[in-house]
This record gives sequence, C-alpha cells and structure tokens, in this order.
Amino acid sequence: MEVFLVSLLNGLVYGMLLFMLASGLTLILSMMGVLNFAHASAYMLGAYFAFTLSQHIGFWPALVIAPLLCGLLGAAIEMYGLRRVHRNGHIAELLFTFGLALIIEKVVQMTWGLLPVPYRVPAGLDFPLFSIYGTHFPAYRAFMLLISLLMFGAIWLGLTRTRIGLVIQAALTHPDMVGALGHNVPRVFTIVFAAGTALAGLAGVIGGNYQVTEPAMAFTMGPIVFVVVVFGGLGSLTGCFIASLLMGLIQTFAVVLDYSPADLLKQFGVTVTSATPFHEVLTVPLPRIGALLPFLLLVLILVFKPRGLMGTRDT
Amino acid sequence: MLKTILARLALAALATASIGPAFAQGTIKIAYTDPLSGPFAQVGDANLKQMNYILDYINSKGGALGKKFELVPFDNKSQPSDALIALKSATDQNMPFIMQCSGSNIAAALIDGVNKHNARNPDNRIIYINCGAVATELTNEQCSFWHYRFDAHAAEKAAVMVQALPKDVAKVYLLNQDYLFGQSVQRDVKTFLAKLRPDVQVVGDELIPLGKVKDFAPYVTKIKASGAQALLTGNWGPDMNLLIKAGIDAGVDLRYYTMYAHLAGGAVAIGPGGDGKVYSVQAFNENIAPEIGNAEAEAWTKEFRAKFPFDFYAAGFRTIFEFLAAGINKAGSADPTKVAYALEDLKIKDFLGFEIRMRKDDHQIIGPYFVGIFKKGVKYDSEKTGLGWATAATVQAKDIEQPTTCKMQRPKS
Repeated sequence: MEVFLVSLLNGLVYGMLLFMLASGLTLILSMMGVLNFAHASAYMLGAYFAFTLSQHIGFWPALVIAPLLCGLLGAAIEMYGLRRVHRNGHIAELLFTFGLALIIEKVVQMTWGLLPVPYRVPAGLDFPLFSIYGTHFPAYRAFMLLISLLMFGAIWLGLTRTRIGLVIQAALTHPDMVGALGHNVPRVFTIVFAAGTALAGLAGVIGGNYQVTEPAMAFTMGPIVFVVVVFGGLGSLTGCFIASLLMGLIQTFAVVLDYSPADLLKQFGVTVTSATPFHEVLTVPLPRIGALLPFLLLVLILVFKPRGLMGTRDT
Repeated sequence: MLKTILARLALAALATASIGPAFAQGTIKIAYTDPLSGPFAQVGDANLKQMNYILDYINSKGGALGKKFELVPFDNKSQPSDALIALKSATDQNMPFIMQCSGSNIAAALIDGVNKHNARNPDNRIIYINCGAVATELTNEQCSFWHYRFDAHAAEKAAVMVQALPKDVAKVYLLNQDYLFGQSVQRDVKTFLAKLRPDVQVVGDELIPLGKVKDFAPYVTKIKASGAQALLTGNWGPDMNLLIKAGIDAGVDLRYYTMYAHLAGGAVAIGPGGDGKVYSVQAFNENIAPEIGNAEAEAWTKEFRAKFPFDFYAAGFRTIFEFLAAGINKAGSADPTKVAYALEDLKIKDFLGFEIRMRKDDHQIIGPYFVGIFKKGVKYDSEKTGLGWATAATVQAKDIEQPTTCKMQRPKS
C-alpha cells in the first residue's frame, strides 16, 4: 500500500510533465500535420532560459518569461521557416524540424556548455510538503502537479469556450473548410505552433530542475513524447492526457514491480528453468525493461488500433 | 604547371606528416579519452581539469627526460566505438600512451584494441593507462601486458566497503548500473558480504540502465519498502548524484555506502541533509593531508580549491603521471615497450608519503585506500556546502591486495 501510494504520486508527477510536453505537440501534429522533432528542444530551451533568468531575476519571473520567449521563438520558426518549407510537402517539414533540433542542441552546447547546469528548485519550494508512511513528498512536486493541472484546465477552456479555440478545433478536423469560411488559417497555425512551443517551454522550466538541465535532455525526452502523442491519438487532447498519465504510471510502477514473464507463466503452471528456450528473456525482471514498455505499447497500438486511444482521424 | 604545384603540395604534406608530431615538439603526448559530452560529461570534464593541474605541476618540475607531458583530449561520448577512434588517432600520431577512466565496457574494448594494434604494429606500440575503469575482470581474465590499472578494482573497493559496514547493519540493498562495472560490483559485494558479514541480509539487488534514469524517487520508494538500513552502490556520475539526492529529499532513514559520492557534483547533490549518512570508498580526500600532517600536500590541493569550484579528488592521477615520469626515466626513453617493462614492479612514494606499487603479475596498482564520511565540521568542505569528507577508516595496501588469475603474456622485445 505504502509503495503503491508513493509510486502513484511519483507516476502522476511524471505523467503530468509528459502531458505538458505532449499537449503542444499533439495540437501541432494534428492541426498542421508536422511531426515536430524540435518540440523537445523547446523543452530544453525552456529549462536553460529559466536557469539563466532565475540567476538574475529569480525563479518566479522566469516561470512566466521563459515560456514566452519559447513561444516567440516558436512563432518565428513557424512564420519564417515552416511556412516556406510547407510548400515542399511533409517530408521537407519533417527534415526541417529534425535539422532544427540538431542545431538547437549545438547552440545550447556552445552557449551553456556540455555539463549540466546547476538549475535548482527555488528555495521557497525546497521543503517536504507532507510525509506518507515516512517518505517525504517534496513541495516542488506538488507545485508541478498544480501547474500542469492549471495548464490542462486553461487549454481545455481555451479550446472549448473561446472563439479562437473553436476555430482551432474546426481547423483540426477540416482545415480547408475553415479556410474557405474566411478564417486566416496560417495565422491560426502560427498561434498554435507558438502556443505549443510555449507549453513545451513551460514544461522545461518546471521539469529542468526536477530532472537535470543538460544538452542531452531534449533527446532523452523526445521519443517518449512521440509515443504519448501517437498512443493518445491525433486530434484528441483527452487521449493525450490519458496516454501521458498512463506512460508516467507505467514507467514508475515498472520500477517497483519485481516480476518477470516467468512469474506470469508460473500462474499457468509453466515453470521456467535454464533449460527452457528463451529463458534469458523470460526471466528478465520488469524494472530492467521498464523504459522499453512505452515503445512496446506504441507498437501494439499501431498494430491493433492505428488511430490511437481516442484518435478521431488518420493523419 | 598545375601538376608540379600539386606534386609539391603533396610532397609538403607528406613531409609534415612523416615528422610525427609526438616527438616533433619535444613533448610526450598522452591521449586522454573519456565522455566530454553527454550525461557523463561532468565526470570527464572534472578529470581533465585535474589532470591538467597535475601536469602543470609535473612539467614545472621538469617532466621526464627533460621533456614535458602534453595531454590530448578526445571525446568518446561514453561509446566504445568512439574510444577506438581516439585510439586510432593516437596511434596515427605516434602517441606512446592512451588514458581512459570512465566506463569498464570502454576499457574492455580499448584493451582489445590496443592488444591487436600492438601485435600488428611492433614499431608503433601504445600503452593503455587505465585511470578508473575498475571492473575486476580487466586485470584477471582480460589482463594485458599493455594495460596498466591505476585504481583499486571493484573487488578491492567492495571488500573495503563491506569492511566499513557497521555491526548494527543487518539489511542492505544493492543498486548498480547495468553494465560490466556495475555487474562486477554487484557480484563482488555479494561475495564479500557472504565471506565477511554472513549476518547481513541482502534485501534488494537491482541493476539500472546506465545514465538513463532521471528520477530515482521510485527506486527510493522501493528501497524504503524493503526495510534496508544501508544502500550499497557503485553508481557514478548522475546515476550517483540523482540517487542520493532523491533519497535525501524523500527523508528516508538510510546510510549510503558508495564508491563515487566524492566525485564532482556529489557534495552538492547530497547537501546538508546527508550529514553523517554518506560514506565513500576513496583514494583521497582533501582532509587526509591535514589529518596526517602533510603540509606540502595540503598546500598543493589548497591551490586547486582556489582555482576550481569542485574538490580535488584525483590523487591517483598524480600518482599516474609520477609513475609515467619515473618509468620513462628508468627506461631512458618514451618507447612504449621499454616503458611498459620499466613500469612493472615499480615502487614510488605518492605525494601523501604512502608507498605505491605496480604489481607485476596483473599490472594492478597496490596502495592504501580510505573510507570517507560526509559530515559537518571538517577543515576543508566540499563544493562550498559547508560539509566535507573526513576519513572514517584507512585500509593499508597489504590489506587491500587480492590474488589475481592473470596469466600475463609479455612480448619478447
């Protein structure tokens, strides 16, 4: 019970962080059809901006300014880069964002160095909030949960209760029709791209000191975010939300559940010994393959439900 | 006309290439390959800074045979394949030494690469100086004449660690990185627990993917649930720092027995919350010199503190360069084969005054080792945390030495 509760909390924190990253990506992907490889780079930039800003003006202003900077950068990328490349089709866009991700990584390495930077939790939040069964739950994790929940609420309200939200939703499913009705679809694209990048930046600001702020952080976070987006389904914020929490919980619980396929087989009366074929694979405990599970799920969902968990359309 | 220009250019290029830069500028070049980018970059970077600090000192004392040492860094991104590219570059430039510290899997690849290269190129050999890859196998099953290890190996460190466990600890948890070194520590610690402390129960035994885990909170939950009183780990780099940080943040009542908590970034990660809880098996800490009253060594490390924001922990690196200087002087040349023979059974006094020996049987360094405890009230604190390493135990060279299974094959000339 103790392990379950603590792991549940940890899984939620990680899942919500994933959601902050994936929500922006899923909007961009479903609306513009751009598989934005540079999305996790915005996450990294958010963390580095926040680190630099927090040294001069403190953490709280940085929490607001760093995502805005990322958003501006996103808008510029969309208006001056993607829009031009767009004419040459999706492959060109994909390669463009891939190149961009590499460039951003190099620029970060040259600006802030190869070493992790000492981006720390603000002193005001650096205390244990409460204890469950003797394990402290740091206040900063609760703060992360709070920020991501607020963000989820804000996106949801924005998409369903505002005019621009309705246009975006319409453009998600029928972009040509929305354009024909006289809406400025390119501007909607820019807004969505900038907002998505800003969200990734915000995730970087609060994720950078929860994890480690280093130049490789984009490439470690990138693949799992794609898994979340594809698993959740295109065009579905709810699917993305569920998928994020699922991946967060899976990765956390995989660590604490010391079972292997052999234990499962034992339930069916099959005992795995060193003579059993593939016994090396069958006796691998779950914690050692925990990081692999999301990708396994990705393969399974692509085979059995290609639209994803709650996807409303194909790409 | 064009042809003659091209021919001249080619000749000029050949001429510059054939001089061979290793001896051309009168320096003895040492290739140094370690992760200088990626998740483990902080370790390679800290090593490099300390090595350059040491080499400045040794060169100011005259180097070896009147020549200065020069370190040439190669980033290997923690990949064996990149380390082998560094080896190729080093041999192409006729460098007599290649040095590597981080990652026993890389060390294993380098030993193999150096063996093959030296067998095929008897007139262009290279010595592999191992400054910290400590999987026990490397000087046992995989031992090589061209490989010299200047750090205590995993089994020796494991023995020291198990001896340092207090009598009231009955339950321990093992957590290591899932590769050659981590598996070596896992096996060796269990062996010595069974031999020296049969009363201790191993309540958890875990391997984690190397450098992949960003949040250790789930592991800490698991460790706490197991009821362990002590965590025994060989983790290094971020795998070490994040693990301890997560443990201290969660406020778990646990003692940490480590092999690498004293490296760069460790003290900051532990913080004041770890006062008296973290132990590290180490070759050196800055408080050893004042503890044994060696003012010269104290002054030398104090100067490092003034220049860099982290501790000087690499006393072993100074021993390495002093060994190389002594070996080259003894051999009368920097020729790798002659130096390799000269290093065997060489004994020197390190800068603290302890006798250090390079064992001939397996090319394993034999010297004293220490167990440090991280606490308040020490003369020199670590990374400006106010806490620092104090020596909790000193293990003499004769007590650390372990038998080897190495069957060394030596070349004729």
